[in-house]
Amino acid sequence: MARTDVQLMLDVKAGDEQSFELLLRKYRTPLVNFLFRMVRDTAVAEDLAQEVFLRVYRARQEYAPSAKFTTWMFRIATNLALNSVRDNRHRKLEISMDQPVDMGEEEQRPLEVPDRTPSVEQDLVARCRADMILKAIHSLPEKQRAAVLLHKYQELDYDEIARVLECSESALKSLLFRAYETLRVELAPLVSPTVRVDRVPAGRSGQPV
Amino acid sequence: MNCDEGSEVPMFGKESSQKNCAALESILVEYLDGRARPADRHAVEQHLSQCAACRLRAEEFRAIFGVLDDLPAVAPSPAFDASLRARIAAEPAPRSFWQWLPSPRLAFAVTALVVLSVWLSSTPRVTTSPVVASQPSPLNQVSAESDFGMIRDLPVLENFDVVSKFDALSELPASPAAPAEEVKKETR
Repeated sequence: MARTDVQLMLDVKAGDEQSFELLLRKYRTPLVNFLFRMVRDTAVAEDLAQEVFLRVYRARQEYAPSAKFTTWMFRIATNLALNSVRDNRHRKLEISMDQPVDMGEEEQRPLEVPDRTPSVEQDLVARCRADMILKAIHSLPEKQRAAVLLHKYQELDYDEIARVLECSESALKSLLFRAYETLRVELAPLVSPTVRVDRVPAGRSGQPV
Repeated sequence: MNCDEGSEVPMFGKESSQKNCAALESILVEYLDGRARPADRHAVEQHLSQCAACRLRAEEFRAIFGVLDDLPAVAPSPAFDASLRARIAAEPAPRSFWQWLPSPRLAFAVTALVVLSVWLSSTPRVTTSPVVASQPSPLNQVSAESDFGMIRDLPVLENFDVVSKFDALSELPASPAAPAEEVKKETR
């Protein structure tokens, strides 16, 4: 019978390095993806993901299973990502004051889209589509962005996400609604024509609050 | 609008249609991802069947969920694990309880220092005043100085002949309590 994450972490606490390896293998990809979608930089995302694992490892002696392991881990990851985003914004502001030249898109490794498409053209379309989605997610305010990523891609429960983001469940649901409302407007061109309606409903600006 | 776990009373659908449109905001995402409680789900479905605007919005939200599924996952670089292991290896090892103890040499030195200080503090101060020492009062006879003198002259005192002829012993008071208090005054 497979051990739960909490059991694995308790084994790590007891000195079992192999259990840490299992946690690493299980959460390495979800963490890197979550952080990449938060910061939109693969190198920074990997560095932050390593930092998350490092903090988990450091805290192993004090670990107490008071919450789900994923809640604890994504809380660390979210805090690191939010700090990184804020630091980066601050750094960019300093650069723009010194050098008022449009730097264009930030340098990043091109998004690696799995090669499931038969033609170059379809591959290009898939890349453009992925880039648009990523840009739309990145345009959300940080907390909304984290909420959407944890809800849509990590599929955490509402109470877990609320704990990660340190807000009430009702506040989280409102946060998610506003985030998806923005994405509905931003990603309207990607929605199939049978569903798409090119209008913004009355009383709704489509802008995140 | 709160979400009280366990309650089967729907939190949606009790208000007028317009209020329900606004209230849908807090339940729509939950409804679309299939996590709404059965009572809420039924109430939302009832509202959607009557409100075309909300029905359209729900469809668009559902479509956006599908679009977001198209975002491909990124894979960690091959060097990820090796880099993490290197960072973990560079971490200082956690100190166990025994490692918090000082080294044997230091422990011995500290213990010796503590014993010495306790011994010195428990030992009464030796008055070196020649005037006090020369006075043949009973105070001096029971003082610390005289105790040291006794230890120093132990071989002499063990000699029964010397002790038996020592006149000063006969002058000792019967009760040592009174002189002891005076000794304290003296040492102050």
